Amino acid sequence: MINRRIKEEFERMLRGVGEGPPGTWVRVGMDTGGIAAGADRLFAQLREACAEAGVPDTAVLRAGSYGYAWIDPLVEVRVDGGAPVLYGIVDEAVATRIVDEHLKGGRLVDGHVIAPRHRGAKLDQPVTAIIVQDTSREGGDKTRFFQSSMEDELKVRGMGEEVQVVRALDMGIYHEGLVVQLLPSGVTYTNVLSRDIVRIVEETVSNNAVLEDLLWTRKDLQDRIVLRHCGHLDPESLDDALRGGVYRGLADALAKHGPEGVIDEVKAGGLRGRGGAGFPTGFKWELTRKPAAKRKFVICNADEGDPGAFMDRSILEGDPHSVLEGLILAGYAVGASKGFFYIRAEYPLAVARVEKAIASARERGLLGENILGSGWNFDAEVRLGAGAFVCGEETALIASIEGKRGSPEPRPPYPSVKGLWGMPTCINNVETLAAVPWIITNGGASYASRGMVKSLGTKVFAVTGKVRNPQLVEVPMGTTVHDIVYNICGGVQDDIPIKGVQTGGPSGGIIPEKLLDTPVTYENLQALGSIMGSGGMLIMDENDCMVDVAAFYLKFCVDESCGKCAPCRVGGYQMLQLLLKISRGRGSTEDLEQIRRICTAMQKASLCGLGQTAPNPILSSLRYFEDEYFAYIEGGTSYARKRKRALAEGKSLKEAV
Amino acid sequence: MNAAPLPPLEEMDPDLREEIGHCLDQWKDKEGNLIMMLHEIQDRHGFVPREASLLLAEATGVPMARIYEVLTFYHYFKLVPPGKHNVTVCNGTACYLKGAGRLLAELESRLGIRDGDTTEDRIFHLETVRCIGCCGMAPAMVVDHKTLGKLSPTDMAGIVEGIRKREEAENDQ
Repeated sequence: MINRRIKEEFERMLRGVGEGPPGTWVRVGMDTGGIAAGADRLFAQLREACAEAGVPDTAVLRAGSYGYAWIDPLVEVRVDGGAPVLYGIVDEAVATRIVDEHLKGGRLVDGHVIAPRHRGAKLDQPVTAIIVQDTSREGGDKTRFFQSSMEDELKVRGMGEEVQVVRALDMGIYHEGLVVQLLPSGVTYTNVLSRDIVRIVEETVSNNAVLEDLLWTRKDLQDRIVLRHCGHLDPESLDDALRGGVYRGLADALAKHGPEGVIDEVKAGGLRGRGGAGFPTGFKWELTRKPAAKRKFVICNADEGDPGAFMDRSILEGDPHSVLEGLILAGYAVGASKGFFYIRAEYPLAVARVEKAIASARERGLLGENILGSGWNFDAEVRLGAGAFVCGEETALIASIEGKRGSPEPRPPYPSVKGLWGMPTCINNVETLAAVPWIITNGGASYASRGMVKSLGTKVFAVTGKVRNPQLVEVPMGTTVHDIVYNICGGVQDDIPIKGVQTGGPSGGIIPEKLLDTPVTYENLQALGSIMGSGGMLIMDENDCMVDVAAFYLKFCVDESCGKCAPCRVGGYQMLQLLLKISRGRGSTEDLEQIRRICTAMQKASLCGLGQTAPNPILSSLRYFEDEYFAYIEGGTSYARKRKRALAEGKSLKEAV
Repeated sequence: MNAAPLPPLEEMDPDLREEIGHCLDQWKDKEGNLIMMLHEIQDRHGFVPREASLLLAEATGVPMARIYEVLTFYHYFKLVPPGKHNVTVCNGTACYLKGAGRLLAELESRLGIRDGDTTEDRIFHLETVRCIGCCGMAPAMVVDHKTLGKLSPTDMAGIVEGIRKREEAENDQ
């Protein structure tokens, strides 16, 4: 049965939202990364320049992160309702050119265009612009040469004026020779040779015929569900969120699904906790729904403490309304009356945007009493973390919200039975909650059609380290690490051979180069001695020392241990001393045995996840890179000194000696 | 840290008293307010003064020991005033791999202080943090709330001298 009153109430709200941005606009990516690269100055500059150019300054919009962290700051431009064009590495001079050449003149700015990831197979519209890039870097960059050859060819045929040829900043395709993309259709050709230029101009540009032998037909590897709005909506505007479809899932849930229906849909989607442990979300909600209690709580865990992970920050900064909608839906499903966002204090922009989202949703009746006229009450507030990694653990997080030091408690009782202030509490990660509204509006079956075996749906990864294009990536589960690193992120920086990929941060392990073809699922990573974790993916090259990296992660866990239980407090410290002894060249094979024994003790006897998983980076490096430990043990102090110098200078061992 | 004996509560700075009062008005009816109030105090002063904790203990009835338990547990809270300019080097994994250690070593030798210390003139405070979430632009650091990315050790001289010059210009005026 559908409750029509709620549906009508929501439709009325949507009608009140008004028109979206006009056909001509400029959008600036203003997340922490973008702002650090100067996006706030750009925003002000563009407003001024637009006003002078006769474009209203309301056409200069704000967005969150597009995910392309390596080419910040980003600016997207749309003229007269045409296809938007994205620009990267926009400084003051480029911004001026964007206004003069693109906004006023309708021509693309050379060298800064990021190719659209949607690639067409048909030429449904005449070609207006061609973007080119030489994606194989052997033998020098031939992009300029191709650009001018293409221009000459167009001139010969009298199309030099209508069709513009520009160099791309990034094509999203790597190691495929010269790549050519035709706008606006998005038809893309790869491995183009000089002799193909005439054919492209003659057959494709003049006669709208697609050259099948050159056509790029591979589907985009990314599949953006959680990041669907990041970069496309103004994170500080509820109107923009409503226009983009946020809160439709909530209206549907209240009007027709009911709490059990919401749980069923999430179960059908096979959604599992994206914070790392992978506990089935629908099941967790059911467990929290069951016990009878005076009050219940839901918490959004945004204490993203893994060094090297920034997806939660990007989601909160780019699309806070969807996370809030997810939290409200969680609250509805478990029967809670109140929700908390527990956010790191180190993320001030995320905090500000979530607070703004809460305030505006409350004002509009999407939060607070009698939500959308359904008679159901729910409110949300923000609580700040204070720099304690252990507070990502459920029971420690609860203690922290209660105003205590963040020490974990033994489980059971689980928070679903006895959590915040002794009441049943459900804690979900940011990414998990951001996926929920999509599942409710599009159906669990559609979500479950992505991924493989027990790991369904999509996962966001923050790919960083020695990678060519560090960025946020969202792929269906089961995509191989190799695809993520080479085909989405462009491979390794400086073309030094890759040594391994670390996943799961200080609780995870390293996947060595030879196993990069493994499809990423919760189970596969566990079998390799690592974990999914929150989704940080660090690329390490041949110059990185695994003993050093293991010590780095262990030191992190030793610093962050809350000290409550002995295995973690004492074991971690003693193990670090042994590791440092080895890395000074004074270790022995007995020390390695001792390390293994302590690892087992910590895994078995620690109270919480921090201590239980702290040995993972060490065990994993011992499993795949034991030779590096032996090199220290056998090479003694002189080897250790050389290795240290190589690391300090960022060189390989050979170069440093 | 043996602080000087504190004056009796009623003789304490009236401004501070008022400030705590405001803070309390805003938060007293909300659940889980202690850490939020401490955040507010630190945002204003740059650290949590002992007097403020004492006033907070008196007003909320939470024992001073409990407040200090929380303050000393969490890395984010500071009990001593920071330097005038904070230089924070990110030591997250991405920054670590890309040479955060070299940035830190260069800063330490330029400023003559170690990680976590403040220069004698209290102008610079140097520290490292876990991860500021700007891994895409590693190695990164935060100088006076401004995030800088893709740095190399050679950039450190410019950053330090820039602040010193501004300080000197201020002193000359």
